[in-house]
Amino acid sequence: MTTVSDYERAPTVAREDPQLAQHLEKMWEGKKGLYGWLSTVDHKKIGIRYIITAFAFLVAGGVEALIFRLQISWSNVHLLTPEQYDQLFTVHGMTMIFLYAGPVLSGFSNYLWPLLLGARDMALPRLNALSYWIYLCAGIFLYSAFFLGFGPNDGWFNYVPYAARAYNAGPNIDMYALGMILLGISTTVGAINFIVTFLRLRCPGMSINRVPILIWGTLTASAANIFAIPAVSLAFFLLWMDRNLGTHFFDVTAGGSALLWQHLFWMFGHPWVYAIVLPAMGMVSDGLPVFCRRPLVGYTVVALATVATMVLGFGVWVHHMFATGLPGVSLSFFSAASIIIVVPSAVGVFAWLATISLGRPVFTTAFLFFASFIVLFTIGGVSGFMTGSVPVDWQLTDTYFVVAHLHYVLIGINVFPVVGATYFWFPKMTGKLMDERLGSWNFWTMFCGFNLGFFPMHISGLLGMPRRIYTYGEGMGWDWLNLITTLGSFLFAAGVLLFIWNVVKSYRYGVSAGANPWDAPSLEWATTSPPPPYNFTVIPNVASRHPLWEDRLEDPERKEKSFIGVGLALDQGKETLATTSLDAEPDLILKMPDDTLVPLLLALCLTVIAVGLALVNWWVVILGGLCTAISIAAWLWPEAKLGETAVPAVTERGNG
Amino acid sequence: MSVSKPVCLSGCFAAILWVSPAAGAAPLQYLTGAGDKADPVVALTWGVIVISLLVIVVITALLVGAVWKKPRLVMAVGEKTAIGPAEGGHNWLWIGVGLSSTVLLFTVVWTVVVLAKAITPATKPLVTIEITGKQWWWQVKYDSSDPSRVFITANEIHIPAGQPVQFKLIGGDVIHSFWVPQLSGKTDTIPGQINETWLEAKNPGIYRGQCTEYCGVQHAHMGIVLIADTPADFRKWWDHQLQTPTIADALGASEFVAHCAGCHTVRGTIAAGSLGPDLSHLMTRTTIAASFPNDGPTLARWIANPQSLKPGSLMPAPEITAQQRDQILAYLETLK
Repeated sequence: MTTVSDYERAPTVAREDPQLAQHLEKMWEGKKGLYGWLSTVDHKKIGIRYIITAFAFLVAGGVEALIFRLQISWSNVHLLTPEQYDQLFTVHGMTMIFLYAGPVLSGFSNYLWPLLLGARDMALPRLNALSYWIYLCAGIFLYSAFFLGFGPNDGWFNYVPYAARAYNAGPNIDMYALGMILLGISTTVGAINFIVTFLRLRCPGMSINRVPILIWGTLTASAANIFAIPAVSLAFFLLWMDRNLGTHFFDVTAGGSALLWQHLFWMFGHPWVYAIVLPAMGMVSDGLPVFCRRPLVGYTVVALATVATMVLGFGVWVHHMFATGLPGVSLSFFSAASIIIVVPSAVGVFAWLATISLGRPVFTTAFLFFASFIVLFTIGGVSGFMTGSVPVDWQLTDTYFVVAHLHYVLIGINVFPVVGATYFWFPKMTGKLMDERLGSWNFWTMFCGFNLGFFPMHISGLLGMPRRIYTYGEGMGWDWLNLITTLGSFLFAAGVLLFIWNVVKSYRYGVSAGANPWDAPSLEWATTSPPPPYNFTVIPNVASRHPLWEDRLEDPERKEKSFIGVGLALDQGKETLATTSLDAEPDLILKMPDDTLVPLLLALCLTVIAVGLALVNWWVVILGGLCTAISIAAWLWPEAKLGETAVPAVTERGNG
Repeated sequence: MSVSKPVCLSGCFAAILWVSPAAGAAPLQYLTGAGDKADPVVALTWGVIVISLLVIVVITALLVGAVWKKPRLVMAVGEKTAIGPAEGGHNWLWIGVGLSSTVLLFTVVWTVVVLAKAITPATKPLVTIEITGKQWWWQVKYDSSDPSRVFITANEIHIPAGQPVQFKLIGGDVIHSFWVPQLSGKTDTIPGQINETWLEAKNPGIYRGQCTEYCGVQHAHMGIVLIADTPADFRKWWDHQLQTPTIADALGASEFVAHCAGCHTVRGTIAAGSLGPDLSHLMTRTTIAASFPNDGPTLARWIANPQSLKPGSLMPAPEITAQQRDQILAYLETLK
């Protein structure tokens, strides 16, 4: 029998010691074998799975790009049929934007968040597992359509009416729509998890003005996703109904609207662009200062700029639609908004420049990626600024200039920071350092290949080359530029291969890293590399943004001292601490769930529903629905041991 | 990175931009304009290009300066160094963001000014042309208050030079985008709504255009030829287009009606299909199938096997003998 008093307990304060560690290890270590692999809810394992899966998709998307680049590397090449070309460029976009760029950041954030925040897991570990499994299922679902020969073929933004049954009769678009809805569930539950974790799982003392910028980036992206994903999931569901149930949302012959799709899509699409760069910018804001031996210049302004970017980011979607015949007044508004949104980006650029300039740079591979990112970010930013100007955009839109722009954004602001972040955090994840000499080769190959490949696209765009043409005649003035672009893209791909090789090699033969190889300031470096399943033996208690630099950093604002090796033990089961939302005062002891297969089962059941809808077979849909209901019931089944325990008295912060 | 890189890049950039159009090698470039609508946009385009290149150069220079000015710090793994300073550097933010915001505001104002000019022509257009985007060609209809002067053609648009011309843009099936870069930016043709745009060509000449909204497998072959004539020539051309073509080849004409009339129109005959382009004066056009040269061999190939020229095209291969094909070809060549 449990009684009320069991749910109220003053936690004990302890010093880190091997006995306590052993005790925690016993409770936190996952099960072994296949069952353990499928049932884990450990954020670190899930995070690494996310990262590896996302990189697998990056490689797939890259191979697709290399194939179709050959088709347009010169005029009148006959390598692919138009349909093959269309599927390849669509699947490439879908892969990079939805299956790589977002998930890879979810992976890093999943891995890093609890470590950065001084917690033992994410707030909702089972939801975390669910998020990954649905992502994997959605990826397999979308790719199985492609391998069966009916991959999406209407570009990643899938405009109607070309996506309607009348013009696109095959199952291609249905599979894309259902796969995207499935993926939307994954992103949504992931976003909820990040928000709850931010609000409740920061260790004592980590008030919101002390969290790393990566936390701000992912938090902002997650909040945006909560608002943005419903628009696109709805759009895809309406489209599926139009195609299969005879509704007319987008059917202009029956009173529907073609532009409705574009509004719904870009209301999601533009915030999504920020969602897949803000966390990456956060990685740079946190990683770069470590290699400049000083804190980031302008922490508060950068954090605010992150949030401001997203707020403004919801007001610029129409700049994807400048040529659709909207009235001048709304064009002016969205044009101004699209230009003004550069201001918060400028905050970031000058903060990073100042940090390097006023610091002492250390030339690690991670530093090279982070520092070069500033230039790539600038190029992607100014080309975005150019497209923000309506009359100019009327020329630039749907040409290769936009292709250049979006690749500078996605590769420059996502891939470069992510690769830099891998060099930075790989030692934490594996306990091994990555090879720096190979890293240098890796960086220069990627940097030169990328600029050689993608900068000329600006020029082919200015010379009028439209997007998404599978061929072009001679005499258009684009041949040499396209050949250079293709060569550059192969060089860039070689750089990515060097990176993967370095990861594999360093994982096997890398030099041991120790807990804090870079002498970095934040909490993840306070625990061992790789961290134990419970992350921290005792819950840290921080008094500044840079707990591990406090002994060397003159900070007039800091009154107290952080406590790392002494803190709340929370050793009565799988436990972590919940704190208050703003000030991070201890509030509750959270009981964390054990490993379980239910998230995997739920993901599979949802996939069965998607398959049923793809086949328009209601029996399969009903079966999937029933199994989903059973899985959810199993998930929500009350367990006494998961009851939250209140921290009764006000616990003194930092008492040791 | 090196300082020379962006300089070098912008050098190449400028060189290519100036050389290519000069050589007539990039018919779809829009860095030079050829009319009242395009000109202010071209100036704005160059304006934002120059601002952008300057920003890239300045930021790169600042970065390179920041990275290289100090003796390089080398750290061993796990080594602890001095950290700091904790504060400072805010001047970078205020100055950098202040300057950026000024440039951005200036661009917003310039944009709105150009936008106002680009939306409405200075004088009221006298000619209105109705363009319908279809998979994968353009139907072109010349409007007139006099019904006897209305006619339909395809893919090639004649306009009078030196005056604004109004365009009504209609989505015939999926979304397409109408674009003649030397004269005007893009406006989509969207089913269910009629978009309007205008353009003006200062001088007579041939201007190339292209569909720029992805519209299916033959999106790549949806070209536009826009020919600006002197007002007198334009009038003459219009008058000629209104005429019913004379049938000089009765045998070919009957083969045409038997095999092609379901989709194509030749005015004055019973061929009155509207699924494909109007062919009444086919021989006055320089292209066929919205992209290919209008010459004997190409036309013959197009008639016999459209899918070999434009795979996925909605024109089916007719079931005809080589002889019938030649008769149809001979007939088409009379449609002057």
